[in-house]
Amino acid sequence: MQTLSKAWLFCVLLLISSVASANLTIEITRGSDQALPIGVVPFEGGEGFPEDVAQIVQDDLERSGMFAPLERSAMFERPSQASDVEFGTWRSLDTRYLVVGRAQQTGGGYQLQFDLMDISGQTRMIGETVNVSGNDLRGAAHYISDQVFEAITDIRGAFSTKIAYVTAQGLGDNMQFGLYVADADGARSQQVLTSDQPIMSPAWSPDGRKLAYVSFETERPAIYIQDVSSGQRVQATSFEGINGAPAWSPDGRRLAMSLSKDGQPDIYVLDIGSRSLNRLTDSNSIDTEPAFSPNGANILFTSDRSGGPQIYQMSANGGNANRVTYTGNYNARGRYSPEGDQIFLVHRSDRGYQVARQELDGGRLVVLSESTRDESPSVAPNGTMVIFATQQGGSGFLSAVSADGRSSFRLPAAQGEVRDPAWSPFLN
Amino acid sequence: MQLKPLARSLAVAFSILAVAGCSSTGGTQDGDAYGSQSGSTAGTGTGSGMGTSGTGQYGSTSGSGAGQQADSRIPEVRTIYFDYDRDTIKSEYESVVMGHARYLQANPNARVTLQGHTDERGTREYNMALGERRARAVQRFLNIQGVSPSQMSVVSYGEERPAASGQGDSAYSQNRRVVFSY
Repeated sequence: MQTLSKAWLFCVLLLISSVASANLTIEITRGSDQALPIGVVPFEGGEGFPEDVAQIVQDDLERSGMFAPLERSAMFERPSQASDVEFGTWRSLDTRYLVVGRAQQTGGGYQLQFDLMDISGQTRMIGETVNVSGNDLRGAAHYISDQVFEAITDIRGAFSTKIAYVTAQGLGDNMQFGLYVADADGARSQQVLTSDQPIMSPAWSPDGRKLAYVSFETERPAIYIQDVSSGQRVQATSFEGINGAPAWSPDGRRLAMSLSKDGQPDIYVLDIGSRSLNRLTDSNSIDTEPAFSPNGANILFTSDRSGGPQIYQMSANGGNANRVTYTGNYNARGRYSPEGDQIFLVHRSDRGYQVARQELDGGRLVVLSESTRDESPSVAPNGTMVIFATQQGGSGFLSAVSADGRSSFRLPAAQGEVRDPAWSPFLN
Repeated sequence: MQLKPLARSLAVAFSILAVAGCSSTGGTQDGDAYGSQSGSTAGTGTGSGMGTSGTGQYGSTSGSGAGQQADSRIPEVRTIYFDYDRDTIKSEYESVVMGHARYLQANPNARVTLQGHTDERGTREYNMALGERRARAVQRFLNIQGVSPSQMSVVSYGEERPAASGQGDSAYSQNRRVVFSY
């Protein structure tokens, strides 16, 4: 009888919670059937805090596509430490992992303590005390998400990273552009630059401190390097013609780019310190969208030397380029996976433009996204997700898909059109 | 880092007014903008007529006789459109480009920026290159007509400054363009 009433309560609460979850800012558009069931219990003592730490952790884990969080309303027990956890209760809810925690205010901020429990193994996997200085509860929550994610998946969490993106409003000669940086979940956005001329192609330096980008603020394109926290910046290039597609070398000392100063756009590498410029391609075709391989040895780029745009790879010192993509007649803007063995790209099919994945040394091209106007893929530093720009109903926003294509989510749209996302490297 | 959009849009508005003034009042105003200088350099160099209006002596290569008295004014049509994924100047726009060629030859101090644009399909940086191809195709055409390279510059905006919003052929065809910006 008791179990029956519990089950009944569970159903009612599920109904209520499914209504309430419509207010969530993040919209999971595709869930994986292989996602691991996990419960993140609200932290004891954190009720009046400006941020709901457990909710942020839960949303982070759900967004990864690897976890299926238990609805909070289904938690009829709310343990706050490892010794309080009744494994049988959570096993009956089919929960495999459980995060419990407690929170308190301290003189200079907050103190959070959490434990991650393996329900089927009936063990405590990890636990930690996290001291939060000032108001950075969101940062602390993302840190906890990173620890939980890595303990369970053996993959480093990327929840404490950031994304840069471009906003645009208006038409023709009457437009406003913005460059922003936000947490990887879209929260805490900060304006980096605004202009009434186009801003394009933001790229994070490997240390996560600087952004290179293209700005037309002088009424023609130029590449700038800006320190994100101080706002200080330098103009890296302003040659005649296209100054585009900046891409950092893994050591942060060089910037690959596309310049058309000598004719058709070619790939060049600028040594940032010495300002010396090295031309890598010299073709009668469009060569653009370079990307350094993670080990710095090679450069991927888009070229139409064989007709339509396809992706090629060459040594980072130039020389012969090998064609990488052969499926279809439009493949562009390749980006390496963190291991360097796969590439993510924009592929045109009968249905339009989608984000796709392919092994670097050939193999089948796998389409990951579902819309018809998907572009600008940028890979999370742990390789699990790809963020990209898409369009629906005439409005541009950011979306992300897991590298295996199983799950996807949309990021909350800011005002106007959002595009050109760039996922930061690990920041800690 | 706000880039003083108000100041810039005022400047743009002012220059639009100035250009509008030129084209609506014809010869005399035009002399203020370009003609006074071209007058002083008349007769040096290329030998294509300039400065005075309506003599019909300019275009050594044009020879069409069209727009005799119009070459002191910036041609009113300043946008031409392109087919998908193409940079060839369609025959229906050749007369427009010829008009700009005559104007630029008649006014050697006039400067034009050829702004290349694409529709939104495809990647942004690749479209930047396609927009430049279109603008350079017009630049080559003008050059063949005898326009001095020093009078022309090229800027591609790729898909970044669409003239029409929305998806579909109507918007796309309005966005695949080269704008003559004086």
